Amino acid sequence: MTLAEPLPTGGFSFDNVARNAMLAARGAKPPKATSTGTTIVGVIFKDGVVLGADTRATAGPIVADKNCEKIHYLAPNMYCCGAGTAADTEFTTALISSKLELHSLQTGRQSRVVTAMTMLKQMLFRYQGHIGAALVLGGYDVNGPQLYTIAPHGSTDKLPFVTMGSGSLAAMAVFEAKWRANMTRDEAVAIVNDAIEAGIFNDLGSGSNVDVCVITKDNVEYLRNYNRPNERGVKEQSYRFPRGTTTVMSRKVINFVDVIEGDAMDVTA
Amino acid sequence: MEYNGSAIIAMTGKNCVAIAADRRFGVQALTLGMDFQKIFRVTDRTYIGLSGLATDVTTLNERFRYKVNMYRLNEEREIGTKTFAHMVSSSQYEKRQAIPEFPWRFGPYFVEPVIAGLEKDNTPFICSMDTIGCINYAKDFVVAGTATEQLYGVCESFWEPDLEPEDLFETISQALLNAMDRDALSGWGGIVHVITPTGVITRTLKGRMD
Repeated sequence: MTLAEPLPTGGFSFDNVARNAMLAARGAKPPKATSTGTTIVGVIFKDGVVLGADTRATAGPIVADKNCEKIHYLAPNMYCCGAGTAADTEFTTALISSKLELHSLQTGRQSRVVTAMTMLKQMLFRYQGHIGAALVLGGYDVNGPQLYTIAPHGSTDKLPFVTMGSGSLAAMAVFEAKWRANMTRDEAVAIVNDAIEAGIFNDLGSGSNVDVCVITKDNVEYLRNYNRPNERGVKEQSYRFPRGTTTVMSRKVINFVDVIEGDAMDVTA
Repeated sequence: MEYNGSAIIAMTGKNCVAIAADRRFGVQALTLGMDFQKIFRVTDRTYIGLSGLATDVTTLNERFRYKVNMYRLNEEREIGTKTFAHMVSSSQYEKRQAIPEFPWRFGPYFVEPVIAGLEKDNTPFICSMDTIGCINYAKDFVVAGTATEQLYGVCESFWEPDLEPEDLFETISQALLNAMDRDALSGWGGIVHVITPTGVITRTLKGRMD
């Protein structure tokens, strides 16, 4: 490897594409990325927005993370739920969050939700769906509470209640049955919880706990693990192995030492 | 992932963490080596395990060592475990893969990293990542490689909170050894590092050689 090779300055790199195409031609299987087969929802209520998400991350049929965070920070008045390829939702929201911070510093104003929505859709459209992020964006700005969905190809919807991810059908069924205009905060949180629970229990891609985020004028309540309907039972016995069970071939110990700064070096002539 | 085969785990204990891996280097069913290094020292208190395509394991280790050295020179301090995890994550995402219909449109490294270390205040930190850098934080254990399914199974039953370094060693070793026995592509001995606030204990394990 050339050690003097400069570090990349940002953006995607396509260095490995030809190599990977060769590997594919020789029959190497592409690895699975972690995806958030997800239930994410959002509802507008009387004085704000409630966002909700489950906490399961999957890699194929394996549960990769039992308690991940899918409600991402965008700006002090804005949060964004992510479904789809987990790395994409993570990095896309982090990138837009950083751009929004710079934008609000530049303009000296609080970011607007439409601004975030436009930045997200323009980025996703530019990548023609290759960035697999399906988002529910909610926030409160000068125009009041706002709620959008953004699909991986860059199309957006502006609706009073939305669901996304593999559990979107289960969650939407709850919203269609229970949603009313001008709900109170507690009513909105309750139907968001019910919608996420519907996803957790009826969609295999969603599971574990309910995360909720309530955004109102000048206030955000991030309720991490608002509801935990799938607590693991306590183990009745221990599988602790007696010391010495494992056959060890060799053993090496590195002990840390504290380096105490000595007197300053004598630099007098 | 299945081209070379590997099994890596990290587990937390009481003020300590352990990271373990198998030592096989093979090309599909042909075993070529029994002393292949998959876990690398990043700083005194941070170790990284790289599972997946062996050529990328070597390449990424060199790349991360370069980046960590540059960080040390620029910042005049050692990189923290969590900071290092984000550096790895960004390096992976830079070469992310596209949607399944066009899996080769972007070019990821075929490596799933596992990171284990102690934070400044000696709290244990472990995490794993997929090939495109999505971080999976866990309080208990993380796994990677071709023996993932087996490792999840044994870890889910063997792991318990607040294990002392010696007990953590037995737990992680037995988890690794038993998972490897049900995976044809990994095995041929194992290596375990237990990181404590006072030092690191490295042991090599006797495993099945078939």
